[in-house]
Amino acid sequence: MQPGLNQILFISTALFFIGVYGFFTRRNLVTILMSVELVLNSVNLNFIAFNKYLWPNRLDGVFFTVFIIAIAAAEAAVAIAIIINLYRNHQSIDVEKAEEMKY
Amino acid sequence: MSLSTIIFYLLATLTLVSGFLAVTTKHIFRAAIYLLFSLLFIAGIYFWMHYEFIAAVQIVVYVGGIVVLIIFSIFLTHQSGQNLPKQKLGRTIFSALAALCGFILILVQVYQHQFVGTIERSVEASISNIGSQMLGVSDNGYALPFEVVSMLLLAAMVGCIVIALRTPKEIKEGGL
Amino acid sequence: MPNAIYIALIPLLPLAGFLLLGLFGRRIFKNNSGVIGTLLMMCATIISLYVAYGYFFEYGKVNGVYQKLIPFKYAWLVFSKDLSIDMGITLDPISVMMLVVVTFISLMVHVFSLAYMKGEERFSTFYAFLSLFTFSMLGLVISSNIFQIYIFWELVGVSSFLLIGYYYDRPSAVAASKKAFIVTRFADLGFLIGILVLSFYSGTLDFNELISRLTAPGSDQLKAAVTSSFMGISAITWGTFLIFIGGAGKSAMFPLHVWLPDAMEGPTPVSALIHAATMVVAGVYLVARLFPVFAMAAPDSLQIVAYVGAVSALLAAVIACTQTDIKRVLAYSTMSQIGYMMFALGVAKYGGENGLGYTASMFHLFTHAMFKALLFLCAGAVIHFVHSNEMADMGGLRKKLPVTHIAFLIACLSIAGIPPFSGFFSKEEILLAAWQQNRTIYWIGLITSGMTAFYMFRLYFSIFWNRDFNDHHSAHNHHGEGGGLITIPLIILAIGSIVSGFIPFGNFVSSDGSRLATGFHASFSIMPVSIGVIGILIAGWLYKKQSDKPDKISSSLNGLYKTAYHKFYIDEIYLFITKKILFNLVGRPAAWFDRNVVDGLVNFTGNTTQVISEKIKGIQSGKVQQYAIYFLIGAIGLAALIIYW
Repeated sequence: MQPGLNQILFISTALFFIGVYGFFTRRNLVTILMSVELVLNSVNLNFIAFNKYLWPNRLDGVFFTVFIIAIAAAEAAVAIAIIINLYRNHQSIDVEKAEEMKY
Repeated sequence: MSLSTIIFYLLATLTLVSGFLAVTTKHIFRAAIYLLFSLLFIAGIYFWMHYEFIAAVQIVVYVGGIVVLIIFSIFLTHQSGQNLPKQKLGRTIFSALAALCGFILILVQVYQHQFVGTIERSVEASISNIGSQMLGVSDNGYALPFEVVSMLLLAAMVGCIVIALRTPKEIKEGGL
Repeated sequence: MPNAIYIALIPLLPLAGFLLLGLFGRRIFKNNSGVIGTLLMMCATIISLYVAYGYFFEYGKVNGVYQKLIPFKYAWLVFSKDLSIDMGITLDPISVMMLVVVTFISLMVHVFSLAYMKGEERFSTFYAFLSLFTFSMLGLVISSNIFQIYIFWELVGVSSFLLIGYYYDRPSAVAASKKAFIVTRFADLGFLIGILVLSFYSGTLDFNELISRLTAPGSDQLKAAVTSSFMGISAITWGTFLIFIGGAGKSAMFPLHVWLPDAMEGPTPVSALIHAATMVVAGVYLVARLFPVFAMAAPDSLQIVAYVGAVSALLAAVIACTQTDIKRVLAYSTMSQIGYMMFALGVAKYGGENGLGYTASMFHLFTHAMFKALLFLCAGAVIHFVHSNEMADMGGLRKKLPVTHIAFLIACLSIAGIPPFSGFFSKEEILLAAWQQNRTIYWIGLITSGMTAFYMFRLYFSIFWNRDFNDHHSAHNHHGEGGGLITIPLIILAIGSIVSGFIPFGNFVSSDGSRLATGFHASFSIMPVSIGVIGILIAGWLYKKQSDKPDKISSSLNGLYKTAYHKFYIDEIYLFITKKILFNLVGRPAAWFDRNVVDGLVNFTGNTTQVISEKIKGIQSGKVQQYAIYFLIGAIGLAALIIYW
């Protein structure tokens, strides 16, 4: 079967829900961050695919991808700063233990 | 079946498999490595689609930057070699079901939808094209979002420093 | 035309004093508070005297008739084109006279309190309250709008409440302040309804408009008010009657007088200012203010005013003969004298010589303010000296307190109606007016007059003669009469009590503003004066020397004496009505309903919410991943809903 838009969308959807699954099941904050990176990548893939197959006359998808990568980098940095801070306060980065903000 | 097709499916399979392993493996360091591979294969898909610039950015920023950052934080917060804490089985099944439902819902939508593309002449995603349009202020220019993102990056940078900074009291008490 | 700004200053200066002392008194001014309050009061007094001079001798009179001037009026709350609540200043003979009386008496009381209240812990609070009262009273007096008068009326009530309860650590003072507030408040309900009735029929709240519309013969408003009736009584009679109820409450008229004797729990200068000279005559003032309406449109109400006044005068006099607390005697005598003013108004008619009662009432208000304030301040000086309110603890004080003695004697002669003291002239006029219009009331007034002389001199002899002052608590009597701050106000007021009777009042105040010729009828005066003298002589015979004669008489009149001593059991009747009837029949069912039904509903709502939230609070687990799952499920559900609905 000739690969096309649908195949790439399949990949990105699958990757998205793999990321979501990881987000739900992991307890370590760093691994949760990894899952988020997967989700972001699936979105990037989507943008590029749409750009290539539907609107090759424009470069909008490319720009969105570039911006998302930049923001992802910033987000990763902030997330890691938060993780380190949490680790300092709790001696752990298990999300199940960081549950002060409840009823 | 042409070589290009074979390469595509190969890349797709490897991406998904390593992505899946990245979220399921028990060793955190392995998870980071699987993630790195998954991101690399995605870069491969970009190459396959002839978006060399994006592929390069993907490799440089993700593989060279973010994954390294993640590995770094693993070192800071973990005794390596330790297994990750296990999640409850009920939670795992429930999450898998929820993810599967969402997956099926979206796939059904994707396959039912008739995508209609443009028929206009395509623009090459060359570095010069991307560069001139990124900083252009004409109709398709992205100068404004570019500036906004640069501001965001600055703010994020300041933010991380502030968050990660130890208070004087903490420094006195020692520790990380 | 007078300058509105400095007339407005008269009430605004005390207001400034209240704010200044109320906010900063205890911290900053401390013992200087009294001086500040007194100085402000002095300014207000001087201004009001100046205004009075200007009004009566320069600009007030046009063609021999005193005009009602409104130098300032501001539409404060506008309901419609015709109906608005204004804040204004009215100058007419009675308001100008009241301005003088209020500021003057207030000044005297301020000065007197400097010594009397010295060393009190809440000294500056006392002066703040005094200023608040003076402000409210002055505002009441110059109101140009019936609603404005109501606002100040309530303010006066509040400041009276605050001052009666000044010694809030005494349960009796607290009870008295509550009683005063509730009784007058209850009466004010009548006042409010009366305002609504009158303003509904006249379509205005402005005094001038209201009076002119409701008195003009044949005007639409008057016709409507006279023809529409409720329970067979016309609306205008109802309206004026209800307003009179408000006035009766403030002025302690029977049967709403029960609060006044208890109000004597307040500091004595307060009693002098509020419960003798100014606030309690507010009811008289109110009736006088609306007098044209009463006289021309609602003669029935005026009839009621006359009889209520007469009954109050007599009743209070009888009770006063039996009381032993000197302030209570004075309180009942106040009530009795206000009864005089009321029935004088009641027997008056609008215009000309028939309006003699109106002039007499205002005249008596004026003189009474002088000698009653004097009596109270003297009582204050006596109490200051012996530290007791009971007559039994006094006696033979004439050597110890010479100035007070003379001042008290002057005031007693004045209230007893002995010439040439001021009370004689005003009382004479009242009795003459009653003689001309209503003989029954005349006889009641005459008997009351004799009893007034009797109980005042009973008081006088018991305090200053009777027996030698026994010095058993001389340890704290070292201060003597208490310096100039005590005696100077007494002297000034004593002079006022002597000379104020010679003011030709008819020239200034009359029901229609024109000059009223009041002749001095020597032949008419013989009877009241001789009755007064007889009263004095009986009192002297009984009380000048210590003897058992009073006890014998009181025991021979056993039943009557006891009834009077217990104030005709009116308090007990009130208690019976409120405690037994109101509480049991209305209060308890209402409380039950409130506790079980209303509270039950509220509690039910609260409990239900609590139970449910207890059940579902687990959702708020603090675990981020759970939230994310909920979020995803919600998002998928919503998407499915939107797509497949």
